[in-house]
Amino acid sequence: MEAPNIVIKVENLTKKFGNFIAVNNISFEVYKGEIFGFLGANGAGKSTAMKMLCGLWLPTSGNAKIAGYDIYKETELIKKKIGYMSQKFSLYEDLTVAENIRFYAGIYGLSNQQIEAKTNELLSKLGIEELRNSLIKSLPLGWKQKLAFSVAIIHDPEIVFLDEPTGGVDPITRRQFWDLIYDASNRGVTVFVTTHYMDEAEYCDRISMMVAGKIEALDKPSILKQNYGVSTMDEVFLKLARG
Amino acid sequence: MKTIIETNNINKSYGAVTALHDINITVNDGEIFGLIGPDGAGKTSLIRILTTLILPDNGSANVLGLDIINDFKSIRNEIGYMPGRFSLYQDLTVEENLKLFATIFGTTIEENYDLVKPIYSQIESFKNRKAGQLSGGMKQKLALSCALIHKPKLLILDEPTTGVDPVSRKEFWDMLKDLKKAGITILVSTPYMDEASLCDRVALIQGGKILSVSTPQSIIDAFPKKLYSISADNMHKLIIALRNFEFSNTVFTFGETVHYTDRRNSVIQTGEIMKYLQNNDLKEIKINEINAGIEDCFMEMM
Repeated sequence: MEAPNIVIKVENLTKKFGNFIAVNNISFEVYKGEIFGFLGANGAGKSTAMKMLCGLWLPTSGNAKIAGYDIYKETELIKKKIGYMSQKFSLYEDLTVAENIRFYAGIYGLSNQQIEAKTNELLSKLGIEELRNSLIKSLPLGWKQKLAFSVAIIHDPEIVFLDEPTGGVDPITRRQFWDLIYDASNRGVTVFVTTHYMDEAEYCDRISMMVAGKIEALDKPSILKQNYGVSTMDEVFLKLARG
Repeated sequence: MKTIIETNNINKSYGAVTALHDINITVNDGEIFGLIGPDGAGKTSLIRILTTLILPDNGSANVLGLDIINDFKSIRNEIGYMPGRFSLYQDLTVEENLKLFATIFGTTIEENYDLVKPIYSQIESFKNRKAGQLSGGMKQKLALSCALIHKPKLLILDEPTTGVDPVSRKEFWDMLKDLKKAGITILVSTPYMDEASLCDRVALIQGGKILSVSTPQSIIDAFPKKLYSISADNMHKLIIALRNFEFSNTVFTFGETVHYTDRRNSVIQTGEIMKYLQNNDLKEIKINEINAGIEDCFMEMM
């Protein structure tokens, strides 16, 4: 097997708030096209780490390269190469579907022609051509989430960061959402995802487990289960987080 | 068996959106009753009607034998309620919040300390910290303590575990079990299907309608089809292959396996599915017949 292409390289990354060490000397690599699950209990430091990787917060110490760019000096270049979606903030409720697509595509610098083509492609792929001119607030949550994901990768980023993308959505939509993730990953987009659903952890190629600011485990789900002598990721999580 | 909550054909709309459609549920004395469904299913609307915060468009309901419209003030005094969003006063300390709730309900922390002690003692060392500066798990424990401080017979919790990690979720359910032992009836809503098994009875709710009300076991027993768990070396290829299989009915991922039902009602030859998957370049194929879980049942009813 050829050496995998590294798209995220993190070395001894640390973030302190006063005396509190939110992220404590973490190091890991993420490969191109991989679905990488970033797990941990509430307060373990996931959001802080993710904000640094997205170029939003500077680290206290340590290094990281995202899509080849440095998280200290090249944060604006990083932002062009990544997509981001969270459960809390996704789309503008009082704009239509097409207006939201136009807005985000415009921010990422797509031309009018590209925007037109991308809009049609995206609506037909999701099968929602008839919703083009509907306001976002009139859509069910499941559709919003699928649309938000599609918009987050509209500029063909190298990496997409998903922060609990499926929280609260119904079980069928949750699975349709993962179809979109697989699809993006097959096209070479690297997916960096956090979730509290342990069945979704199983869908990841590799998983890291953060406990109190440190990465305590990182491997394929099957190997983690084997190492901890358990049959589900839920049990791996309990063992690690309980210490 | 005493009835603690009873609803009769409750309906609620917001403009053109029907949030609740003919809701009929009964919650019995001493049970943990789960309202299970995704965001937008109507869980919060129903809870806000039962806690007398909003009115139904039509239909009626009794809570602890009191009418939700005529006796709303008495209901508010009798029940404990923990809303979905953190509802405490961020700029008061932990102890001040608890004292405030005790005073509003005409009691004192000391009078009912026994009931809240197992929960409150976990955060008592932070009693002088402002509530706004607590971690998520500690806020949750404080909110639960405040909801319990007047020793309610009925505790209503709106999505207490949403967005909470699996470890904290488990701890929260352990607390609920202890409260049940203390004789408190609990109505709890959750979007997590796996929490259904922790309830005595559940109502599955979707799009404003109740899909089913029963014990988790009877819902599982009523699953109408044979269900197979299938795994192979490549998950995504496996899903696509199964969806394209001419007899496939449903194909849903569940962790590292796929749950599959067939369109044929007759006995299914798993050898045939095996052969089909092998022809689609899949390896390490395993096919086992399994019992359904609540999530399988929920998707079947959707």
